[in-house]
Parts: sequence; structure tokens; C-alpha cells
Amino acid sequence: MTQNTQKICAGDVRSASRLIRDLEDRRPEARLRLRQIFPHTGRSFIIGITGSPGAGKSTLTDALIGELRKQQKTVGVLAVDPSSPFSGGALLGDRVRMLRHAEDEGVFIRSLATRGALGGLARAAGDAIHVMEAMGKDVILVETVGIGQQELDIIHHAHSIIVVLVPGMGDEIQTMKAGVMEIADVFVINKADRPGARQLRTELASLLNVSPHGPQDWIPPIVSIGNLYEPENFAKKTAELMDAVAKHHAHLVVSGQLAERTERKAVMEITDALRACILEPVLERLIADGELKKIAKRIQSRETDPFTEAEAIARRFLKTGEPS
Amino acid sequence: MYFSDETQKASRKLTEQWQANVQNTLKTNTDWKNRFSTVSDLDIKRLYTPEDLQNTDFARDIGAPGEFPYLRGNQVTGYRGQPWTFRMFSGMGSAEDTNARWHLLLREGQTGLSTAFDFPTLMGYDSDSPKALGEVGKCGVAIDTLEDFLALIDDIPLDRVTTSMTINPPATVLWAMYCAAAEIKGVPLNQIGGTIQNDMLKEFIAQKTFMCPPEPSVRLISDTVEFGAKYVPRWNPISISGYHIREAGATAVQELAFTLRDGIEYVEDILRRKKMSVDDFAPRLSFFFNAHIDLFEEICKLRAARRIWAKVMRDRFGAKNPRSLWMRFHVQTAGCSLTAQQPYNNVVRTTIEALAAVLGGTQSLHTNSLDEVLCLPSEHAVEIALRTQQILAEETGVVNTIDPLAGSYFVESLTNEMEAKAWEYIEKIDAMGGMVAAIERGYPQMEIADAAYTFQRQIEAKEKIMVGVNKYATEAQHPVPLVEIDEKVGEEQIRRLKDLRRRRDSRAVSQSLADLRAACKNGANVMPHCITAVKNLATEQEICDVYREVYGEYRDPGLY
Amino acid sequence: MPERKIRVMVAKPGLDGHDRGARILARCFRDAGFEVIYTGCHQTPEQVAAAAIQEDVDLVGLSCLSGAHRILFPRVVELLREKNASDITVIGGGIIPEQDFQMLYDAGIQAIFTPGASLDSIVDWIRTHIQARN
Repeated sequence: MTQNTQKICAGDVRSASRLIRDLEDRRPEARLRLRQIFPHTGRSFIIGITGSPGAGKSTLTDALIGELRKQQKTVGVLAVDPSSPFSGGALLGDRVRMLRHAEDEGVFIRSLATRGALGGLARAAGDAIHVMEAMGKDVILVETVGIGQQELDIIHHAHSIIVVLVPGMGDEIQTMKAGVMEIADVFVINKADRPGARQLRTELASLLNVSPHGPQDWIPPIVSIGNLYEPENFAKKTAELMDAVAKHHAHLVVSGQLAERTERKAVMEITDALRACILEPVLERLIADGELKKIAKRIQSRETDPFTEAEAIARRFLKTGEPS
Repeated sequence: MYFSDETQKASRKLTEQWQANVQNTLKTNTDWKNRFSTVSDLDIKRLYTPEDLQNTDFARDIGAPGEFPYLRGNQVTGYRGQPWTFRMFSGMGSAEDTNARWHLLLREGQTGLSTAFDFPTLMGYDSDSPKALGEVGKCGVAIDTLEDFLALIDDIPLDRVTTSMTINPPATVLWAMYCAAAEIKGVPLNQIGGTIQNDMLKEFIAQKTFMCPPEPSVRLISDTVEFGAKYVPRWNPISISGYHIREAGATAVQELAFTLRDGIEYVEDILRRKKMSVDDFAPRLSFFFNAHIDLFEEICKLRAARRIWAKVMRDRFGAKNPRSLWMRFHVQTAGCSLTAQQPYNNVVRTTIEALAAVLGGTQSLHTNSLDEVLCLPSEHAVEIALRTQQILAEETGVVNTIDPLAGSYFVESLTNEMEAKAWEYIEKIDAMGGMVAAIERGYPQMEIADAAYTFQRQIEAKEKIMVGVNKYATEAQHPVPLVEIDEKVGEEQIRRLKDLRRRRDSRAVSQSLADLRAACKNGANVMPHCITAVKNLATEQEICDVYREVYGEYRDPGLY
Repeated sequence: MPERKIRVMVAKPGLDGHDRGARILARCFRDAGFEVIYTGCHQTPEQVAAAAIQEDVDLVGLSCLSGAHRILFPRVVELLREKNASDITVIGGGIIPEQDFQMLYDAGIQAIFTPGASLDSIVDWIRTHIQARN
């Protein structure tokens, strides 16, 4: 075991956060390090938390950290926020709601910007999760905004997925139709003291009931969480949420679905890795030497077609390691 | 109709002619700026004419002083009855240090007191809390217990001088200390007068001095309003504040709208309890605005504020007592308009801002000292600031006549425009379900953050000018002497606190805190319990910890 | 190799809530292409240092307008040093009298920006001084 791997596996925050950074910045030496820590990954339980902006995900994540710490579990948190498409910068604002855990050595919180380039977000998130797994975190919470394709990819790193809805946003049922129903293992109706919460719950429950399921199938429970500022009630409800997630975990183990999910995760990991070692270097080179634009021009004028070009590039790259 | 058809017609004709002249002139002599706008970025026209007041109705919209809609002031005699109160915000170091500064100001002709507390006191922490590290006595006076408070008001005649206290989350505690101190000095509660700021909504929106979440915070405020109406009738239990909203970067219209919508929220909460009618407490609600550097915008803002509030109280809440319709306010000149560069220029800025406050009809005024952007104000700087008010009141003649700018095409038109824009905001927040709901969504916070960022960008691009900062900057500086608070003040304060904890009757302290906790839980008014607790020498933080425990703690959501 | 993305943290240690400047800076840094973590108000130096390390930022910008900078700023530097993270640059801003500058520089604060400093000058400083790190 290298010294760096040793440090990370011993939970050293400095080395771990540096490695995550290097992976995000795509330093070549970081890939090697990731390879070295990989044997030490795969033992954490990963919970995804997703929902629209303003749904209260960060506050909920903060509450879940509190619950997990009560159970003496160590926690990693990955909070994903979008990068600005104009400047490439990002305001990473989720962590601010979790600052009470900043000094707790059993909690490691890391913000991640989507950066948006080449669809590498899922990989960056996957890499960061691996580092946290190697650190020995018992549970990893992955928080991400919205339900776009990129976000769906990230969320597939998780074993259990919490979808957070709030009443009064107007688009809840639309969101549900747009594919959340399939990915949610637990629903949270947050800010349930607001008008419309009961109706949202009824609609959601009836949607869940009509979706086909066998007697052994998991039906996502709905947890309604009220005002954060009624501390006793809020604590009770977040404990209930934690309990629902634990039950789902147990269901995964008993039903054998956990194996399915880890397989799904492994498929995604190899897909991402392939993208990283084939697609990304090819694109990077083509962009760097201006070749991509030239090809695009030829496609634009119908001198050639993208399929022929792609095949030619792929053949060249696989043979010589050079795309052009 | 404000002007006769004949006047309107003549005006239209002359304006058209004038416009043609302008176009001609511009061909050879262009304007020296592309855009003329207020500091809040409202576009201002080259000329205002009777046409701008076409829809204004004199009796309905302007009226007379002391009459609805109170555009021209609450007082029928204006500043002739008495000028505004000269109320300089001050506080520093220990209670004794501040007491000495207060006596100096009273000797120099100040007519009311105003207390600046240090950050631990403002946030409900004792001086020996780890959170207080480095902060004790720095930006104001450190007050932990009733003993400190008694030292603060030593030799101050509580039945004659009114005292304002800028205190928010722990307002109940400091007010309880004031009440207890009055009792000890033999002054009955119905004779003391003053103000506690006690406005939590603007803390969530702008100033970020918070302790408990919005809903229980408003509950504590309603407790003080109830207690005041019953036992301390000369006290203003709240000062609904736009000052800090503006300092955080809001525009004048945002300051106006958010402050008034906060006021509406408080009135609604008190009425919801069904213990008092609106006229029982509305006359004691007071307000606090900023006076920024844009002279006319500020004057119009203050005039519009009075008119909107009168309408709100009459039409929305059905108030009958004319005093319920009055908007009484204090003004402070804008700290954020001052510059650290060429600090003596700040005297000029403050003078113009103070003039805006007076022409806007303020009841009370704080003028910033030239060095306040650098440190706590020195005695000399405070004296100049106080003298600024005295010169305005006694030399300039601005007090001679009431609301002297009324009827100006520009002033009335801008007042109308700002009022209309403020109503838009108020209606938008109504639609969100009120200010607490809007705050939870981050709405006012983000509006202000956007405005602050826009302004900063305009400064960087030199579209807006701050003299000495982005124009006319000089290398040569004329430094001002800086006031510094010795770290020893903190050490001494902690020693005093530790000593008191040893001396006091700890059983009485725990009992009174237990009673307070019960009151918080069962919804009884907290004020009587708070007074008992401070008399038993419970510390400020011990009382605030009860609130934190029962109501929960609010943390900065960090919106930007 | 792709370029390093600059990551910064804007932090407000202490009890003052004057966050206008801090929030403007956070936005400005985003617009300059940095990744920015903002801590919100009322942080202890311990929280600031721990967050800076977990986020592996290149730079921490501290803002304080209460006069507590003389105690709080050096404390953040000291905590970073204790945690073996003295490569994280610390700069400060707020109401800081010139007479305190030397004391803060001596304590390891690498630059101080007071009211009136232009946003561009702060961004430029960061671009110039942070690129060397790696």
C-alpha cells in the first residue's frame, strides 16, 4: 500500500480532499492513485438525495447527518451544484446548511461543481464517492439538484434514492411523470406544513398504487416532514426518514436487489472509465488541435458525415493511440 | 385634478417647445453623462412639468400636515413645536466607558440617547462565551447582566431622557433590564420612554443578527408589544427598520417596500392573537430609515413611506385612531455611503443626508461621524456630527416651514413613482403568503443581493461615482486619529461576570429560568418572567439559551 | 493537461452580520470563473479551517467588520498550520485600520483588502498568487 493510499484509508482529510481535487482537475497521476484505493472501496452505504431547487435538500441532508451521527456512523457528504455556463465558475452553497458538522471528525463534506464539460460529472462524482469509501465512511450522502440526465447518472451511484418534493412549486406531478417515480426508493414531502401538502401526498400515493408491483416489491414510502423550526417534530420526522431508508436497505439485502444495484453501479463505473480513457482523450486532442471544428465544417457542408468520421477516428485511435 | 385644464394645456405647449430646443442644443452640446439616474438606479427625466402630476389629486394625495394621508407630516405644527430629536447612536467598551460618552453628549446638547451594543450582546452571548472571542466591547458596549446595565445608565434621568436600544434577538432581555433598572431607581414603568429596535424580520432579510427562527422571533416581538401596551405606554416596543436593509445593498424602493411589508407582518401577528385591537398598539409602532446620498430620492422615500403606511393602517387594518395612521420614524445617515478614503469628505455627505432626513420630516436623527467607516467614532468626530444637526436646526432655516418641497413637480412625481413601485413589491410578497414565507424562500434576500451586486459593478465601471474612491482618488491622505478598544476591556468584563456568577443566588436564577422556559412553552407572555430573571442576575446568554432551547436556533442560509 | 480550476472560500468568522461585501465577492469570484464556497455569517475560526481543508480550496478570504480581525484572522492561519494546511492562502478584508496590517501580515495573512478595493484588483491578486500552487 502506498503512503498516500494508507493515509486515505486511515481517513486523513487532507490527503482525501486533495485527491478529490486532483481527480476533478483530471491530473493524470490522480487516476493511478484512484486505482490504488479501489480495492478499499465498496463497503459504504450510499444514499442519493435529489429534488428541485429550493426543495430543502441541504437542510434535510444536514438532519440526516445528525441522525447518522447519533448512530455512531461516520458520514461522507457530496453536495453537487451547477457551474455557471458563462464563466465556468460556481457558487457552491449547500455546505452552508451543514456547517454545524464542520468540526465533527466523523463527517466529511465536499462540494462539487458540475463543470459540465464532456459529461464527466457522473465520473467526478463517482471518483469522489470512491475516495470517501476508501476513507471508510459508513454512509455517503450524495445531494444533487434536479432531475436532468447528468443528475440521474450521478444518482445511480446510490443504493437508496430519496426524492424530495415540496408542495406549492406547481410542477410536482410533472416531475413525477418525468421519470422520478422509477428512481425513487423513498419520497419526502418537505415543508409539509404548507398548503397543498396533503393533496400532493394523496396524488403521489395514488400514483404509487397504480404502478404495477408484485407482493414482494418495494413500494416507496412517503415521509411528510413539516416545519424545520418545530425542532421536536422535525427531529421525529427525520428519524422516521432515516428509518425508512434503513428498511429499504434491508429490503435490498433480503431481496437480492442489492447485488443488482452494485452491478448497475459497476456497469456505470466501467462505462465512465472507458469514456475517460477513450472518448475524453480523443475529444481533448481533437479540440486542442482544432481538428474537431474542421471536421464539423466538413459535416456542415455535407462533404462528409459524422458516422464515417467517427469510425475513422476510432480505428486510428485504437491502432496508433492518435486520433488524427 | 391637480392642475386646471388650462394649465395642463399651457404646460403641454411649452414643454413641446422646450423639447425642440433641447434637441437643437444637444446637436452641438451633448450631455456630459449618458444616463442620469438616482443612486438606486431609477431613471430621472431632464424636466418635470405639471403633466407629471396629471393623475394627482391635491386633497386625496397631498393634503395638509397632521391629516390623512400624512404625506406632509404627522405634526400639525411641523418642526416649530419641537425639532427632531438629536439622537446619536453610541456605545463602546465597558458600561462605564459608554456612560461617560452619554454624559458628554447630553452636555453638548443631545436630546435623546441611543445604545450601540457589542456583537456578543447583540447575538445573545455572554462575554465569556467562546463565540465572543475578540469581540467584547469592540463595536459597542458589553452588557451581560443587570449590574452592567445599572452602570450604563448611572445618573441618567430615566423619567426625562428617552433611550433607544438597538437590540434585536435579545430585545426582551435588555428591555427587561431597563424596566428592572427603572424600578430600582424608583421610576414607574409608565413614565419611562424609549425604543427597542426589536425588529427580527429585517435581521433575516439583511443584518443577520439572529438567534431563533422567524416564527418564534415574531412571537417574542408580539409579547413585547402586548406588554408595552399594558404597562409601558410611552415605550416604542419595536422600530421597524429599513436602515439595515439599505445598508445591505437594497435600493430605496426595496428599503421602503420591505420595511413596510415587515410592519404589516407584525400587525397581522398581533391581531392574530385576538387580544388587542389595532388601535390598542398601532400608535406605538415606530420605524427607522436610512438617509442615503441621493437627496431627492431620500426625501421622496420618506414622504411616500408616511402615505403608504397611513393607507395600510386605514384600509387594510381598519384603524380609527389618527395616531395609528402616523408613521413615526428615526433616520440615520447612510454608513455605506461613507468612504475610508479622504474621510473628511464624509462630513459633507452626512450633512446632505441629514438634510434629506429633515426635509423628509424625520422625528429623530443620528448623523454618522466622519470616522465611522474606519473605527468607533472619536469624541471630536461625534461632536462635528452632532453639530451638523444643530446647524441644520438652528442656522439653515429648513425648520421654518412644513414640508417645503411639496408641490414640486419632480418631488411629487418621484414620491408617486416610489410609492407605486413599493406597492408592487408589497403585493408580490402578499401573494407569497407574507414576509415570513418570502424570507423562507429567500426572496427579499436575493433581491437585495442582486441590487448590491449591480451597484458594485456600476462603481467598478464608473457608471456611479464615489468621490475619492473611483474618481478624484489621491495618494496624499489626511489621516484621522483612530479610536481603539483595548483587549483589556474584554478581560475585565469576563472577570466581572465570573465574579457575579459566584456571588448571586444560583437557586433563584435557575428557578426564574425554569419559569421563563414554562412561559415559552405554554405561550404566556415572557416579559414578566424575563424581568424576574434579570433581577435575580441571570445573564443575558442564560436567558437567550432558554429561547434557543425551546424555539430552536436559526442559522444563516448563506444566500447570495 | 487541463488547467487547474481555482477554488476559493469566502468566510465570515465572528459575530458581525455585515455580509454585503462577502456576498458581492462570492458572486464576483464565480463570474471570474472560480469555484466558490461561501460559509455564511457567524463562523468560528475552527469551522472555517475545517471547511477549507475538506473543500481543498486554494484560498480563504476572511471578512470581518467588527474589529475582531486581530484575534480571528491569525487564529484561522494558526489552525490551518496545525492541520498541515499552511499551503492554503489566507487573505482578509473588512474594516481594518492600517496600523493593524503589519501585525496581520506577520501572522500569515497574505493580503488585506479594505473598503474601496476594486473587485478586479482582488481577482487579479488571486490569479497572480494562486497559480503557483500545486
